[in-house]
Amino acid sequence: MDRIFERLSDIVGSDYVSNAAEERFIYSRDPGVQRPHEPDYVVLPNTTEEVQKIVLLANEEKIPVVPLGGGLVLSGLSIPLKGGIVLDMKRMNRIIEVNEKSHYAVVEAGTAMGMLSAYLAKHYPTLKNSLPDAPPVATVAGNVMIHGSGHLSQSEGGFHSEMVTGLEVVLPTGKVVKLGSCSTVPYWFSRAPLPDLAGLFLGWNGTTGIITKVGIKLYPRPLLNDGLMFLTEDVDTVPDIMFRIVNTEMCEDLTFFITPKPAMFEGFQMTIISITANSDKEMRLKKEIIRDTLKDYYESKEAGFVPIPKEMKAFLLEAPQKNLSAFADVRKGGGFEYVGAIIPVEKIPDAYRAGLEISARNGITYSLGGRMIGRGHSFMFYFAYPFNRADEDDMNRVRQALDDTNHAALKMGGIPWKAEVSGQQLILKQMWPATYEFMQEIRGLLDPNGIMNPGNWEVNP
Amino acid sequence: MNDLKFSPDVCAKCDTYDCLMKCQYMDFDLESAKEERWKLIRGEDTRILYDCVTCYACEEYCPYNNHPFYLIVERQEEKGIHPVPKPIEKSQIRAMAPRGEITPMKVHAPVINMCYFPMMLGTIRGKLFEGASAIVGSDIFCNLMYLHFARNSVIKERLPRMIENIQKNYLEPSGVKELICYHDECYGTYTSWAPAFDIKVPFKPIHLFEYLYNRLLELKTEIKPLNLKVAYQRPCSNRLSPEIDHFVDDIFSLIGVERVERKYDHENALCCGGVFEAQQKFDLMEQNQTRNVDDMKEHGATHCVFNCPFCFWTLSDLVSQKGMTPIMMSDLCHQALGE
Ligand SMILES: Cc1cc2nc3c(=O)[nH]c(=O)nc-3n(C[C@H](O)[C@H](O)[C@H](O)COP(=O)(O)OP(=O)(O)OC[C@H]3O[C@@H](n4cnc5c(N)ncnc54)[C@H](O)[C@@H]3O)c2cc1C
Ligand code: SF4
Ligand code: SF4
Repeated sequence: MDRIFERLSDIVGSDYVSNAAEERFIYSRDPGVQRPHEPDYVVLPNTTEEVQKIVLLANEEKIPVVPLGGGLVLSGLSIPLKGGIVLDMKRMNRIIEVNEKSHYAVVEAGTAMGMLSAYLAKHYPTLKNSLPDAPPVATVAGNVMIHGSGHLSQSEGGFHSEMVTGLEVVLPTGKVVKLGSCSTVPYWFSRAPLPDLAGLFLGWNGTTGIITKVGIKLYPRPLLNDGLMFLTEDVDTVPDIMFRIVNTEMCEDLTFFITPKPAMFEGFQMTIISITANSDKEMRLKKEIIRDTLKDYYESKEAGFVPIPKEMKAFLLEAPQKNLSAFADVRKGGGFEYVGAIIPVEKIPDAYRAGLEISARNGITYSLGGRMIGRGHSFMFYFAYPFNRADEDDMNRVRQALDDTNHAALKMGGIPWKAEVSGQQLILKQMWPATYEFMQEIRGLLDPNGIMNPGNWEVNP
Repeated sequence: MNDLKFSPDVCAKCDTYDCLMKCQYMDFDLESAKEERWKLIRGEDTRILYDCVTCYACEEYCPYNNHPFYLIVERQEEKGIHPVPKPIEKSQIRAMAPRGEITPMKVHAPVINMCYFPMMLGTIRGKLFEGASAIVGSDIFCNLMYLHFARNSVIKERLPRMIENIQKNYLEPSGVKELICYHDECYGTYTSWAPAFDIKVPFKPIHLFEYLYNRLLELKTEIKPLNLKVAYQRPCSNRLSPEIDHFVDDIFSLIGVERVERKYDHENALCCGGVFEAQQKFDLMEQNQTRNVDDMKEHGATHCVFNCPFCFWTLSDLVSQKGMTPIMMSDLCHQALGE
């Protein structure tokens, strides 16, 4: 029997390791259009110690380790480009602590966003976590690793990685480190006031270490939520509209979408303003303030607030949003991938035009949209293209469109987020050379054998 | 073609100017009412064009059936006035456009026209609608809602095709002559708007309330009186057929329900506010909704009865928040039959 397989079995138990063809097939791909690569082993650890032992083994054997959370990133970031071990973290899904008064939770890396949110709703109904619109099995660690964002990103402090209060990480050499206040005291309240080392891991796609625990900020959960939809036909007005709404400080989430279907939406931009409150009075006031800030727009009759039927409102205010998942099957054959570009807010019109132009040029349909990150600090603009997985031509058209979109995003001053390997290369080519060198030096120090998710964040993988 | 049957001579002889004097959303004395009315008739600019909230009520107020409201809408459209912001208007016109998917279907009387409310089809059930066929969809949609958007032209363009669709695909091949209109809007279209614009209607429209009343009479022995005090939310399009209002009382008396005599019912009924929201008149919407629902509560209603699904969606939350139960008229009748 395979020696590495046996040693992995000794570490995690034989039920939690596999090199079976069907398993390797499943773990070789994700739901996007990136090409599959098979791992040699799939392993599901249960504890930090097990992760540590696996990493030590991988160093000894010089085989790659690719951490995997929900596997929902869509851009192939947990596809094992050079084989090796896929480290599926889903068994490490314990919610270790909720500190109600200091508003944070400590969870194991494989804890799903949906689990945390359900747990809070049941045991701490006054608190909530920011949810990405990914299916709820997306993990907290996978999401902060890629600088995810969600329904509290506008009102509560930006990217989910900015909501991290502390980390436990198994370094590529097997050392276990704690980062943030938890390194010094028994509390996970923040990364300050210590030297902030979390940046050595967040955004690195698992190339610098394996997160085993995350401290994540929680926020108040007001009793009521409601929403407004503002409809425009002139995309050049959108940045100003968003700016004004953000400046009222009255809304929780601020998103917008553009879609050619149903026909009633084609050519319009729908800005969705989610509002929370603890009383009807507060809700009315917040709505009034937001409406007032856009008064000259609606009085001009060139834009306006759309009355939203109750069912549609419930759908629009849902967190996570299901409409993107439904969009995945537009082409029948269930697939979509998107470039999420983090762009300056004023570039929304450019992004919109680029999206329309690219999808038309490649003969594919689209869904465009985005979310305000922070109080107007940047905008996550997604260009989503659906495809039929059984149709290789269709997938190639989408691959081309994604590539075109990455170029367009960089050209307009944005940066593709959670970019696939080819997108990462585009970014690195444009990066200040010394910065790239610095990244590689850090990586070399942390991961001398180059075992961690190789192929990612490399100019020449 | 399709010119409005409106006569300036009738207005010239009118001495009440009720159309404007009774308007709940604009204030006039007789002099100013006359002045503004004539500006409207002559096609001049008048505040009516901008301040009318399209509540339909003056169609009822005019004692001579001279279609004052339809004239306002004609003039608004002629002058390119948009009561609702243009993108909303455009998207709504597209949203409700006929899909051209209708195919002939065998129906049997009673045929219930559910307008474009597929989500309401569940109410066509039980003894109340025994043996009924229900028709629904974009290809039979009356399109009257575009009055609120100052777009008579859309109705003129689409309605003849809708009428033909109903007649040729459903009624004629099945030998059915009557069409029961679930929504006041459809009934008003066929009995008021279509004749006003000289559009022929080949079938006989029957208002849902007339049907419900007659059906409840047939099932009288099975009715269990509900013993409720209810407020009735009269829909805007009922202004086009005020002669139907007595059926509300007739139905209520059959099912043991008291219609509370409140300020904002009958001729003084208030708009649910949904249209005000589309017209971006948010303060008016809130004031109107509050005084309307408070009035229901103050008069001891425990339920608010709707016939228009749109009014229901707009007001039901507020009604519930004030401790009353929102309910559609058809569901109230089902309840009385124990269904
Ligand atoms: C329909 C849909 C909607 C989406 N909407 C959003 C959205 O609104 N906001 C958003 O942020 N994202 C969104 N996404 C993208 C993505 O699904 C999420 O970001 C998701 O949270 C990623 O988490 P995951 O557990 O699936 O990570 P994975 O895909 O498993 O991993 C992501 C990356 O992190 C690494 N990684 C995972 N776990 C660890 C760990 N423990 N230690 C070190 N590295 C690790 C992986 O190697 C990989 O590089 C959406 C995806 C879909 C399909
Ligand atoms: S529309 Fe009717 S109420 Fe108004 S002035 Fe003419 S006749 Fe009188
Ligand atoms: S439709 Fe209503 S608001 Fe408009 S003029 Fe007639 S009564 Fe007044």
